[in-house]
Amino acid sequence: MLATLSRRAASQPSISLTCNSLSHIFITIQSIVTSHSHLSFFHHQSEMESIGVLMMCPMNNYLEQELDKRFNLFRYWTQPRRSEFLIQHAESIRAVVGNASAGADAELIDALPKLEIVSSFSVGLDKIDLIKCKGKGIRVTNTPDVLTDDVADLAIGLMLAVLRRISECDRYVRSGAWKHGDFKLTTKFSGKRVGIIGLGRIGLAIAKRAEAFDCSISYHSRSEKPNINYKYYGSIIELASNCDILVVACALTPETTHIVNREVIDALGPKGVLINIGRGPHVDEPELVSALVEGRLGGAGLDVFEKEPEVPEQLFGLDNVVLLPHVGSGTMETRKDMADLVLGNLEAHFANKPLLTPVV
Amino acid sequence: MAASNTQSKEDTPTLPLLLIHRFPSFKLSFFPFLYTKYTVLDQHADPPQTRFADLSKSARLMLCVGPTPVTSADLDRYPAVECILGSCAGFDHFDLAACRRRGIRVTSSGEAFSDDVADYAVGLAIDVLRRVSAANRFVRTGSWPARKEYTLGSKVSGKRVGILGLGNIGWRVAKRFESFNCSIAYNSRKIKSQVPYPYYANVTNLASNSDILVICCALTDETYHVVNKDVLEKLGKTGIIINVGRGSLIDEKELVEFLIRGEIGGAGFDVFEHEPHVPKELLALDNVVLSPHKAVLTPESFAALEELVISNVDAFFSSKPLRAEIELD
Repeated sequence: MLATLSRRAASQPSISLTCNSLSHIFITIQSIVTSHSHLSFFHHQSEMESIGVLMMCPMNNYLEQELDKRFNLFRYWTQPRRSEFLIQHAESIRAVVGNASAGADAELIDALPKLEIVSSFSVGLDKIDLIKCKGKGIRVTNTPDVLTDDVADLAIGLMLAVLRRISECDRYVRSGAWKHGDFKLTTKFSGKRVGIIGLGRIGLAIAKRAEAFDCSISYHSRSEKPNINYKYYGSIIELASNCDILVVACALTPETTHIVNREVIDALGPKGVLINIGRGPHVDEPELVSALVEGRLGGAGLDVFEKEPEVPEQLFGLDNVVLLPHVGSGTMETRKDMADLVLGNLEAHFANKPLLTPVV
Repeated sequence: MAASNTQSKEDTPTLPLLLIHRFPSFKLSFFPFLYTKYTVLDQHADPPQTRFADLSKSARLMLCVGPTPVTSADLDRYPAVECILGSCAGFDHFDLAACRRRGIRVTSSGEAFSDDVADYAVGLAIDVLRRVSAANRFVRTGSWPARKEYTLGSKVSGKRVGILGLGNIGWRVAKRFESFNCSIAYNSRKIKSQVPYPYYANVTNLASNSDILVICCALTDETYHVVNKDVLEKLGKTGIIINVGRGSLIDEKELVEFLIRGEIGGAGFDVFEHEPHVPKELLALDNVVLSPHKAVLTPESFAALEELVISNVDAFFSSKPLRAEIELD
């Protein structure tokens, strides 16, 4: 005991000495590093902080916080007088952050003469006037790839929910009806013929998943894809006639607006199911509603609608439809990845570095 | 006695005897077909079969419809039964010990329902993680325009899937989740050779290493409440559980507590411990999906079952090997 104590006493000064000198060195290094990095950080930051970024609508809390930290953020949706606001800040707004419901149309672009970049928190760019952007040299970025899995997962989830009536089952159990009888038969999913409109990243990811359910895959797109084993249909009517489940997974362009019309719906028929995880205007909604109400179409799983967030009320009473509030990419993981891409694109642009995911 | 013997000899049916064992409400679409090839003995036939009690004593083959229990007492009433054809994926409704003692062979639905149950398991998992049914409710109640943004879900792709029971259904569940870039691990009584997935001898360890725990094993004495408090704790706040097996595989009371306290991420149930009773605490939760034990109920499944049963009845009477026979070891 004594020995231990005396040893401790003896060693104490030396330890504290080491400690002192070490911590001194550490502090010195730290202060150099800090002041240095702080300087460059400050420099970088002050430059960025003065850049006006216009966020079109609330889309993600993390993105909003980070934009607020890094830039001079304007929240468009909180402005009571928008045209006055635009005139007042026309000289400082150099970037617009939009999403699938609010982007940058011709009017907005004209109102912002200093606009350099539109960074969209979405993969689809149908709310952005791309031609105008190109003409004015405004850069446009989106968030591809990071949401591919989520949208494909949800497409399969909707197929299963519609065919196997999962949401209807859940409603049935919650209402207490199970105690009074048995639930009806539903339709098998495995082995069904899946037809995909648009075989891009999302379309391919849906195909890969559906194949694991032994589904046969066919597709329609502008042109036949090389090195793809799935059956190609040049005509969308033919595709619809030869599948049980038709999925919309293409980009919304003037050519693909109402690509699913009455003829296509009738070709899909009373046993067919339509899944839309693309954009509302891909489908002629009044025609879809009447086909569902009249039983000319077997069912539908819809994540998107023509006039979001308005959904045709005639659909609310139908058991063979599943209606979602545009949540194709709505997972915590993916929204964070998308937000990081938006931030990364803006920072790259203003630091004169190559954009991460440029479109224009 | 002598007279009745003579009479029954005179009236011995020419077609083989097939005993149907069922709850009155359970029927199969191919019953009429069976009547054309066999002397069908059905306690619940309408009109009643006057000679049921008499002939059923000599029936060698029983077709059990749905989860109708076959007890030792039932087997006493039908002493000539040598084989029971089941029509369920599970076999917990059979007194297997009694069957073993009497040398009775037993079959299940084999692979007839496997695709449908596996599909359903994946559908429930996507529903729970991506909040499909809850979001569908949100839209139908007209809440979207008022609230704009719906609560974010959690990603399905890339999650770690733990499968309890890697039989006909389990490996189909694995195959499907692999296409979502999910990693697969499993627990079963024995390690399976020829299976590339990591094996966990212990369910608690499997739960520690899973985000999605799918229950699709048979209910036996050993698997009763196999998902208990320990397993749920290990699965944790972000984990979800999917049950397409049997209600009693999970300690339901405990799971309900975990869900209420938010100590588990969510759950999808096709089965419950006391069906059709569903714990009322679950009805208000948005992170659970409830289904009335119907993972197998598609016309395609029934067609596959019909094919299997008819071929097995035929195989039995022509002394050929049965399909989907259960090992009674």
